[in-house]
Amino acid sequence: MSVFPYAVAGWIFLVGVYGLATSRNLVHAVGCLSVAQSATYVLLLAVGYRRGGTAPVFSDTPTTASVVDPVVQALALTDVVVGATVTALLLALVVQTAKRHGTTDPDELHELKG
Amino acid sequence: MDRFLPLVVAVPLLGAALLVGAGRRMPRIVAESVGCLCAACTAGLALVLLARGTAVSWVGGWEPYHGHSVGIVLVGDRVGLGLAALTSLLVTAVLVYSWHYFDEPPRGHAGAYPALVLLFQAGMCGFAVTGDLFDAFVFFELMGVVGYALTGYRVEEARPVQGALAFGFVNSLGGYASLLGVGLLYARTGELGMAQVGRQLDAAPRRDALVVAAFVLVLTGFLVKAAAVPFHFWLPDAHAVAPTPVCMLLSGVMVELGVYGAARVHFTVFAGPGGVPAEDVRRLFLVLGVATALVGAAMCWQQRHVKRLLAFSTVSHTGLFLVGLAAGTAESVSGVCLYVLGHAGAKAALFASTGVLLDRHGSVDECELHGRGRDMRGVGVLFAVGAFALAGLPPFGTALGKALAEEHSPWLPVVFVLVSAVTGGAVLRVTAHVFLGAGQAPRTTQPETRGDEEPETEEPAWRLPRPMIAVAGLLLAGALAVGAVPALAEEVGAAARAFTDHAGYAAVVLDGRRGAAPPGPAAWWTPTGAGLGLLSAALATGLAALAVRRALPTGRWSAPLRRLHSGHVGDYVVWTAAGIGLLSALVLWPVG
Repeated sequence: MSVFPYAVAGWIFLVGVYGLATSRNLVHAVGCLSVAQSATYVLLLAVGYRRGGTAPVFSDTPTTASVVDPVVQALALTDVVVGATVTALLLALVVQTAKRHGTTDPDELHELKG
Repeated sequence: MDRFLPLVVAVPLLGAALLVGAGRRMPRIVAESVGCLCAACTAGLALVLLARGTAVSWVGGWEPYHGHSVGIVLVGDRVGLGLAALTSLLVTAVLVYSWHYFDEPPRGHAGAYPALVLLFQAGMCGFAVTGDLFDAFVFFELMGVVGYALTGYRVEEARPVQGALAFGFVNSLGGYASLLGVGLLYARTGELGMAQVGRQLDAAPRRDALVVAAFVLVLTGFLVKAAAVPFHFWLPDAHAVAPTPVCMLLSGVMVELGVYGAARVHFTVFAGPGGVPAEDVRRLFLVLGVATALVGAAMCWQQRHVKRLLAFSTVSHTGLFLVGLAAGTAESVSGVCLYVLGHAGAKAALFASTGVLLDRHGSVDECELHGRGRDMRGVGVLFAVGAFALAGLPPFGTALGKALAEEHSPWLPVVFVLVSAVTGGAVLRVTAHVFLGAGQAPRTTQPETRGDEEPETEEPAWRLPRPMIAVAGLLLAGALAVGAVPALAEEVGAAARAFTDHAGYAAVVLDGRRGAAPPGPAAWWTPTGAGLGLLSAALATGLAALAVRRALPTGRWSAPLRRLHSGHVGDYVVWTAAGIGLLSALVLWPVG
């Protein structure tokens, strides 16, 4: 088992968080959130990987064949759906922010303080 | 009866689907009735299941085979079902409260608002009764996403969209951290069910770095939802701008569900020998809880925006919930449960009364409203009673809960009394300023959030809106009943004993063993607990009186703390990342 994919997942999460923290544009920030989320895809698929395993579809392979874990693939698929929902809703809110505040720069949103 | 458990989630989902599909052709009264009916049916179902004890349902009949299962399990233990019942009752109250609340449904779609509230209910009930870690993440995100949509419901205004964005970014980031943790646990154990993961970890010889990392990551998401310091920044921004009925749900149950999630994974998954040692968890909950309680109370006192003030009071009471959990005993957990029940009633009633103010005067600003509530005595009384409930005046449920949660350490009552007095006193101060016109209108020069909100309701009628006031009164009566009915406290005690029983949960879920809850002493009022409650109520009155006479120092001391609440999404994300580091440090702290 290699540590490399887990390190990649951690790195992607940190890159996403860094982007979110320093973002000057809310559309960019929504993108960064998606980047942070893709760390979860990488982690899940890395967890289920088996060296030499094929896709877990038994229509054309014998049931004794070595396959990768299908559970994490189902999880990743659900995760993609969740991510799409969150991204769509946040982008809709960004559109409304642009209309009502006239900016998409988080540094210029001053309504809620203290 | 167990097979009816999925209906607790399915009924609100079906109701929401019906309202979204047919809402355009429905008159408003039909749509709102359907919403109330679905919520009330779910509440009834949850209460019936709760009366019968624990319910376990393997969805689709995928039951465990030789102790292994690929199925998904819903576990309605008493605490989970109790929270589902509380959620459903509060949702029903909110739907009655918001009967014809908004000016007009968006683009003639009468079903939109009740559908969103029902979806929110489905997410919260699902989170309360799930026995599966991945499902917990999915329901977490479902209630999150619906929460963002409801917060930004008045999408044509500037503030709600900003608050909803902060809420969305921080919560979703926390959710993804949780999912990373769930992935790590799956890598270690090959299981996703909480009971199964717990059993696998029990078999492990000792804790290791991977389990600690998983614990910290899973907890991050739940503590973001629970608004523990330093994950709390989204909460006041979201609560200040969300429509008032939505605030009742956010403060009343959603935040508490975050605390529930943290406690659930601690007791069910990590409490065994291969998990995270109890003293490490205790340190984590104690430090975070005390910090959250103090920061919330300090910020609460400084606010003039009444909804934001109530939001910070939620933050500080959440801190007390965490402090109560830190002891980890069945008695303190039953105290936290009673406290949550009482707090839900009191806080929802206070938000409901604030909604009446906003309806009548188009503002929730303490300074602007000075003396303008003189003609609405009834609402003023509700406000004052709610304030005393927050401060922990016996026999409110909050007071009983605090009394049971604080007694396990000699210095904890100081924190409890101080925080209760400050948060209750802040609400009493608002009551005196707004409804009695006492003192002079307060002024400050710091950058802060003013309370000049847009009215959310139809043109204010001359008469006070009766359903809104009735709902607030009923909620307060509920908060009172929690502390006054001995049978309820006994049931909660049994629920807490089952909740803290790590091995018992796995036995119920995996082996189908349904024993009666282990017997234990019935928790009830003690003279000390009642005395501390009276003390904090008296201190709250004193603080409010001093504030009205301007005998307290001005709030300049709090300026650095207030500047941290910058309303900037990037700052909040940095705090969240720092919080993950803080959690790790607290868990790994070398002992002695």
